Amino acid sequence: MENAFTIAAYVVAAILFILSLGGLSGQESAKRAVWYGIVGMAVAVLATLVGPGSGLWLASLVLIAGGAAVGYQLATRVEMTQMPELVAIMHSLVGLAAVFVGFNADLMINYIADVYAARGLVLGAVGEDGITATGLPKEAYDGLSAFGQLIAKKSSVEIGILRVELVLGIWIGAVTFTGSVIAYAKLAGSSSMLPFEVDTSARKLPGGHMLNAGAAALSLIMLIIYLTGGGSWALVVLTLAGLFIGYHLIMGIGGADMPVVVSMLNSYSGWAAAAIGFSLGNDLLIVVGALVGSSGAILSYIMCKAMNRSFISVILGGFGGPAGEQMAVEGEQVAIEADGVAAALEEASSVVIVPGYGMAVAQAQNNVAELTRRLRGKGKEVRFAIHPVAGRLPGHMNVLLAEAKVPYDIVMEMEEINDDFPDTDVVIVIGSNDIVNPAAQDDPNSPIAGMPVLEVWKAGQVFVSKRGQGTGYSGIENPLFFKDNTRMFYGDAKQSLDKLLGMLE
Amino acid sequence: MIIGTPKETFEGEARVAMTPDSARQLVKLGHACMIETGAGALAGFSDKDYKEAGVTIKKTANALWKDAEIIAKVRQPSSEELGYLKKGKTLISFFNPAGNEEGMEAAKAKGANVIAMEMVPRISRAQKMDALSSMANIAGYRAVIEAGSNFGRFFTGQITAAGKVPPAKVLVVGAGVAGLAAIGTSTSLGAVTYAFDVRPEVAEQVESMGAEFVYLDFEEETQDGAATGGYASVQSEEFREAQLAKFRELAPEVDIVITTALIPNRPAPKLWTKDMIAAMKPGSVIVDLAAEQGGNAEGTVKDEKIVTDNGVTIVGYTDFASRMATQASNLYATNIRHMMTDLTPEKDGVVDHDMDDDVIRGATVAFEGEITFPPPPPKVQAIAAQKKPEVKELTPEEKRAEEVAAFKAQTKSQVTLLGIGAALVLGVGLIPGMPASFMQHFIVFVLAVFVGFQVIWGVAHSLHTPLMAVTNAISSIIILGALIQIGSTSWLITILAGLGIFMAAINIFGGFLVTRRMLAMFQKS
Repeated sequence: MENAFTIAAYVVAAILFILSLGGLSGQESAKRAVWYGIVGMAVAVLATLVGPGSGLWLASLVLIAGGAAVGYQLATRVEMTQMPELVAIMHSLVGLAAVFVGFNADLMINYIADVYAARGLVLGAVGEDGITATGLPKEAYDGLSAFGQLIAKKSSVEIGILRVELVLGIWIGAVTFTGSVIAYAKLAGSSSMLPFEVDTSARKLPGGHMLNAGAAALSLIMLIIYLTGGGSWALVVLTLAGLFIGYHLIMGIGGADMPVVVSMLNSYSGWAAAAIGFSLGNDLLIVVGALVGSSGAILSYIMCKAMNRSFISVILGGFGGPAGEQMAVEGEQVAIEADGVAAALEEASSVVIVPGYGMAVAQAQNNVAELTRRLRGKGKEVRFAIHPVAGRLPGHMNVLLAEAKVPYDIVMEMEEINDDFPDTDVVIVIGSNDIVNPAAQDDPNSPIAGMPVLEVWKAGQVFVSKRGQGTGYSGIENPLFFKDNTRMFYGDAKQSLDKLLGMLE
Repeated sequence: MIIGTPKETFEGEARVAMTPDSARQLVKLGHACMIETGAGALAGFSDKDYKEAGVTIKKTANALWKDAEIIAKVRQPSSEELGYLKKGKTLISFFNPAGNEEGMEAAKAKGANVIAMEMVPRISRAQKMDALSSMANIAGYRAVIEAGSNFGRFFTGQITAAGKVPPAKVLVVGAGVAGLAAIGTSTSLGAVTYAFDVRPEVAEQVESMGAEFVYLDFEEETQDGAATGGYASVQSEEFREAQLAKFRELAPEVDIVITTALIPNRPAPKLWTKDMIAAMKPGSVIVDLAAEQGGNAEGTVKDEKIVTDNGVTIVGYTDFASRMATQASNLYATNIRHMMTDLTPEKDGVVDHDMDDDVIRGATVAFEGEITFPPPPPKVQAIAAQKKPEVKELTPEEKRAEEVAAFKAQTKSQVTLLGIGAALVLGVGLIPGMPASFMQHFIVFVLAVFVGFQVIWGVAHSLHTPLMAVTNAISSIIILGALIQIGSTSWLITILAGLGIFMAAINIFGGFLVTRRMLAMFQKS
């Protein structure tokens, strides 16, 4: 830690990381920015390896190589529709690593205390000025690893702070770990790897939030016991409490709130890294942890804003009950076949496509892209309207469309395109529901009242590709489906689009 | 059920209420179809076409009326046809219930059900079976075509080698369905089109079709069209005078006048008077779509074309729809088919004549031996209310004031946040005994959070997924902690640190690689 070169390298790495996040402001600069991140990480790891404190070079390199092999497999094999799952499972790894590193710090403290005790000294005892630690005799001090030396120099107050920091790191890491595993299972829709059943609906154990509160209180008590010298068992109990909170909290959140959950876990993994950075006295960990933590927090904020819900209400799970009688929906859903949609598309000059999670589920993005190519080939203006919470991950739809080779400059954000709907001839809604629900604007009693939505109903004609007549995950009736200018194009999105493509030669 | 369509008996009527296409759809609803031989001939559908669509051909009207349970036809039934009605049979056709006392009594006496197509309520759900609108649409189109064939000049203005041709000027009076169709046809032929309607709220629709709306200099509390079922209502005498004065002004200029002004169950208002006709240029054409009810123009002769002394042609045909029999039959048969769809909710060929349904109740004028006309007012308001709350235009001062207020609010919230943040940081520093070593790291932390917030707000929404993947990768910086610890003397620490390194490495490589993969996919068009 004392090595000036290592610290200088950390500064370089920190700047590169900041640039790599800042570069994501545009599609082209992002391609450069990711290299900043990679170089920054390489600089940081190399500087640490040559710096003080590290040992077992060979073992470290082998482990990194092993991790690299697994990571490479994951990254190259993952389907773009599975990105939310991949991100979630990767969060869990950061969380677990934070737990391990935190425990190591505790073990080290115990070990140093034993070294002190063996010489009849007390760890953290201060000298005459009341601040500086007395420390160990030189021969014993030199025998310690760099991290051990760092701890050995600390006064009792510093040791106390160190313990708080590592408890925070472990606890947040534990919540992140189980939370991410559950989020992964919910996103993947399978629980075959887990000992318990997980499905996409929100469910809680009996006791609900009281259980969470109880676990949190238990954690607090264990923290106090641990700080007052209770020993490592308190740390273990505290970790278990953290694991339980992560599990139970995310179990109680429905599938469609996953964008918020994943961003929140992203944020937590950052804070865990920052807390560990404090306890290790490593500034680079602190900087990066803070960057990641604030990034995740901002994403969560953007997602909540897009659903017009408070962060707390999302985390505590489920929609609030409706504020009163919801407006009855007038009219009927009129179905249409592919030939009708094809005819309308032939006549339209401007088309907007609104994709949602249903498109990802049906793996229909390539068909959508093909449709776009054909329509653009006929000289029609085709654009995409992306609601911030479409899909299960912030920006999920953009990635799916990019994968299918839809040019990104025709993929618009909600604010960019919402005013253009009245001038649009045809809107095709594929697998989205609540984000195009006019009740959010018209019905003050609707559970989603006030949520910003894509105003597709203002277009000339709206086609909704949907599996069946059911309501969305939130169970809210969508008056859009009953509007005069709406036609329901029932069926699996992929098959429906296949049929449609057959008619648009 | 068996749905049958007889040949129309009315002289000159070419339309037919069932087409091979509509028959195929009816069969899908579980019904069987039959038709009188030659019924579709005048509309361009041969018996062979029907046969191919699975329709049974009946030799005589008598046989058809006997076997069919539901009879769909176009024109109001003749007295002979009324004689065929029986209990349990349902007749669907135009019926003119307000002026057909005899027909209703006959249906009542026989116990048959009658659905009058002109009684379909004007609500949005029922538009698909609104046969009056379908027919009016055709009439509007055909009116322009008739006018064109009687008009000696081009519609569109041209500059040819032989000289300049001015565009024709067309005035459409009444912007209902027929009027709008006429406007659309006339503008697409290239004529300069003017349109007038007593409901100023239709001006927007008129202008959207490319015509110019003729406004009157007249102030009056005009009724909302929605309150009268979307139809025009009777106007005050002053209004009428202002209207006629405007027409008088326009008469010498216009080449073609198409009048479509009808008020339900009243004689058509006389809007184009003798003096206006006299003022028109020779060769001008008037097409009077209201001829059935006396005509809007003075001098219109029902079902005939006349030429006035000053060379103005007045067309008073009433069979515009029948003159385009194929198109009209297609639309009318589709209207009937939609009516049958509503009558057969289960699609199982069983008719459920649901008298609680607004549309079916409204259109039914005789049901099981009762006269059910006039229907109660529909529960749903006709047509959406037209008037939108006006958005107030802000004056420059107000805009400026708003900007200032927004700026102040922003400053206030920013200062508050900064204040709270500073107080928290200072509070941490004030905790007694807080070691300086911690504060050094704490400063780094606070600055990093600040930088993070500044940077992340700039990230494009479309790149949020790559952002998460890249933050995932760099949050594995925790590998540094594990790297520092692995060289420890304790085997437990080494193992835990080793696991940490392994997992973090997965994340680093996985995260960066997948980010690169994603970003490479974003292509500009």
